[in-house]
Amino acid sequence: MGNIRLENVKKAFGDAIVIPDLDLEIENGEFVVFVGPSGCGKSTLLRLIAGLEDVTGGKIWINGRDATGEAPASRGLAMVFQTYALYPHMSVYKNIAFPLKMAGMDKKAIDDKVRGAAETLNLTDFLHRRPGQLSGGQRQRVAIGRAIVREPKAFLFDEPLSNLDAALRVAMRLEISELHHQLKTTMIYVTHDQVEAMTMADKIVVLRAGIIEQVGSPLDLYRSPRNRFVAGFIGSPKMNFVEGDKAAKRDAYAIGIRPEHMTLSTDDGQWPGTVRVSEHLGSDTFLHVDVEGAGMMTVRSDGDVPIDHGVRVFLTPDEAKLHRFDADGKAL
Amino acid sequence: MAREASTSRKLTYTVIGWSIGLLIFFPVIWTFLTSFKTEGEAIANPPSFLFFNWTLENYHEVQDRSDYLKHVINSVVISFGSTGLGLLIAVPAAWAMAFSPGKHTKDILMWMLSTKMLPPVGVLVPIYLIFRDYNLLDTQLGLVIVMTLINLPIIVWMLYTYFREIPGEILEAARMDGASLGKEIVYVLAPMAVPGIASTVLLNLILAWNEAFWTLNLTAAKAAPLTAFIASYSSPEGLFWAKLSAASTLAIAPILIIGWFSQKQLVRGLTFGAVK
Repeated sequence: MGNIRLENVKKAFGDAIVIPDLDLEIENGEFVVFVGPSGCGKSTLLRLIAGLEDVTGGKIWINGRDATGEAPASRGLAMVFQTYALYPHMSVYKNIAFPLKMAGMDKKAIDDKVRGAAETLNLTDFLHRRPGQLSGGQRQRVAIGRAIVREPKAFLFDEPLSNLDAALRVAMRLEISELHHQLKTTMIYVTHDQVEAMTMADKIVVLRAGIIEQVGSPLDLYRSPRNRFVAGFIGSPKMNFVEGDKAAKRDAYAIGIRPEHMTLSTDDGQWPGTVRVSEHLGSDTFLHVDVEGAGMMTVRSDGDVPIDHGVRVFLTPDEAKLHRFDADGKAL
Repeated sequence: MAREASTSRKLTYTVIGWSIGLLIFFPVIWTFLTSFKTEGEAIANPPSFLFFNWTLENYHEVQDRSDYLKHVINSVVISFGSTGLGLLIAVPAAWAMAFSPGKHTKDILMWMLSTKMLPPVGVLVPIYLIFRDYNLLDTQLGLVIVMTLINLPIIVWMLYTYFREIPGEILEAARMDGASLGKEIVYVLAPMAVPGIASTVLLNLILAWNEAFWTLNLTAAKAAPLTAFIASYSSPEGLFWAKLSAASTLAIAPILIIGWFSQKQLVRGLTFGAVK
């Protein structure tokens, strides 16, 4: 069981208000991702749930119990930090055993649990090593192991993959998702990387300046962003925004179209322009086109498109997938 | 060419380094040599460096005239006592300032350090009067208190610097793992700060051992440490250079030996966090 409810949660550091007033419900077993640009308050929110920061106002309920004033350890949550935060003077075994030792568990039970966790995470061969002798990915697995053995009500991840290289990040992303399917425990994951959010989450919470902009499943957010901020933040490459005549024609202040929702032609189409940069990824080609009267736009095309810098092209948006916004940025 | 230039530069640095080292060490080696001379040879002009009649007479006389062991015990009690008491106060203080700094933490640290810039003689009279009124004059306890107080800013500063090097997330992880404040310090903070704590202890021992202003002014016979023992050879009846040197050699020998064996630790501790 790991149901977490935030009720009118406020947080200020001195005069700086980080989270003005926030309500959120996280269901048992959900994988929730907090995503937003840096400084949006996502890590602070996680630390408030963990108990590492005190709320300025409001309440935090964990499994129906008011945990607002409780110490971090008594909330029954486990946290995995961005810097792994392993104890450098202890072996992997002792690192994983530490929370159990603190809980006063007997040696035999500790041993069983540590070995179990090590097996799940492929760490059995490294139990006697110190964190300094491990690679980044192994260290992160130890940090996860230390969290697993406590059998927490929920796991809190604070940008756990941002210190890893790109290939390892993808591998660890899969491991964490798999772990979630295996354990079925609530997980709250903070990241600024929308790809991580899209691929891992059951539910994404998009934050800006301490305010929730939208909550929903990855595809909900992708298909029906509530405003221009969410529309621009979710999806990679970013959505293209056009103001002026092209928007006015469609009864909007601005329109948004994703790079994958436009067709590309060298013969004819709605919006003529010139290719400024083409990025060939093999599977896809991203073309950055200077569209007449609209500025730079990105379009996604097939991997084998032979178009390069300087070629004149035409873009045609898929009208059914066009997003319309008013002057305040709200979706129409 | 480049290699030659770097070799000659290395040689120059080596010569300069050794020269400075010898210059700094010269008074110690001169004291050591003088302690084996007779009083006459000690003041001879020109002085002889190595070619004199080596004698242990000064050491015998120093032993006969005063109780060396008593002074050693006083020095040990005062330096270890003040270091222990200082750590007891400084570890929690540095912990609090490093991991939960307030608005004025930096100001407090600067203020503490500024007290070290005050000439001690400026507070001699009030401290002397307080000591007299509380019967602390010429007591080990009194000196332990004074040494603790005068070295506390340095201990707090050093520990603060070491603690700052320890990532706060590790302590937060310990808190999430269910460690109480005490266990967090014992199991996580202290083991990680061992090099820093060790060099703080060593430096403080040396400072307390060598301190002469307060020990001379606040002791007479009972609690006099080795610094007072040396000074007793500079008396109104005249200066006894050879005996003074023998007494000095005896006084600095213990701390010199400790310093010699722990120099690696000391240098590591003092430069800890300097490059990052």
